[in-house]
Amino acid sequence: MTGMNERALRLGDDSLILGQRLSEWCGHAPMLEVDLALANIALDLVGQATLFLGRAGDPDALAFHRDVLDFRNCLLVEQPNGDFAQTIARLFLFSNWQELMLHELGASDEFGGIARKSVKEVAYHARYASEWVVRLGDGTPESRTRMIAGLDWMWRFTPELFDGDAASLRSEWDARIDAVLGDAGLDRPKDARPILGGRNGHHSEHLGHLLTEMQFLQRAYPGAVW
Amino acid sequence: MVSVMDVLRHVPDPEIPVLSVVDLGIVREVRDDAVVITPTYTGCPATLAIEKSIRAALDASGHEDMRIETAISPPWTTDWISDEGRAKLRSYGIAPPSKRAVECPQCGSTEVEEVSRFGSTPCKALYRCRDCREPFDLFKCH
Repeated sequence: MTGMNERALRLGDDSLILGQRLSEWCGHAPMLEVDLALANIALDLVGQATLFLGRAGDPDALAFHRDVLDFRNCLLVEQPNGDFAQTIARLFLFSNWQELMLHELGASDEFGGIARKSVKEVAYHARYASEWVVRLGDGTPESRTRMIAGLDWMWRFTPELFDGDAASLRSEWDARIDAVLGDAGLDRPKDARPILGGRNGHHSEHLGHLLTEMQFLQRAYPGAVW
Repeated sequence: MVSVMDVLRHVPDPEIPVLSVVDLGIVREVRDDAVVITPTYTGCPATLAIEKSIRAALDASGHEDMRIETAISPPWTTDWISDEGRAKLRSYGIAPPSKRAVECPQCGSTEVEEVSRFGSTPCKALYRCRDCREPFDLFKCH
């Protein structure tokens, strides 16, 4: 597999898997506005995935015909939704990274066009999630407890974001995350042993469960079209 | 034969039918052999529907030879919505994108508040007017 293909898969799979995760909230969110927001964010992400995966092959075939070992997304995006605070924690940590990453990718020859288009959308996602971190962290004792638990769950999967060529984004990401946590009156979670492997196809069991739902139709009715 | 541009001026956006694809800034270029369009948001489900309706309109007006190409760079921006498009949005009850104060499309008041940054479609946010109490959609600056 070529380097460009591998890169396209990483970028596309991150967006695809998080998009699928967020779409699981459709019809279940705590209120209508949140339902709309999460569905819209999921839609943006699936759209980005289509463009990135299109650089590695047929996006539909890549989404529906691959098994767990062939996915290249980071472990963070495949983590279960948990409660709303855990979902927000994941979106907060990921979108702030994704915005910085896409901003830098905007200068690349291979992916610049897609990155410059996507970064405008992701800036919304990062802002949305950051506002909710403050609202929940600085809210009731219940919302605060849940926000802390959500961040604790997701935190160990963040070092993977900075593995390899994204290491340079770390300090700016740290500053963004710390600023929002400060507004929310929350402490940065304690660093634990980092868990890596998604970029090489070593995934948590959660991805398999996600794929059974996402790929069900194409597995039950191969080649079915809309 | 009606010109390609005139044909396109009558192709409505499927989500906001008061706007044509030209008003919305989706049509980037009309060449001798192709129409170049650009998606608004990457995941906008209307993108496919738009391409289909442009195809149908071109075919129906004798422009079967025109191809449709999609370009994503430079990325679409609400700056490309025409002045006519902005006026149409307002009269339809949707506040047009504005870098300054958001105005209620019903009463013109700027005493408005955001209810949700994400609305019924990717391109809109939910707002409420504090003066006339009406809820409304804002076409987001993008």
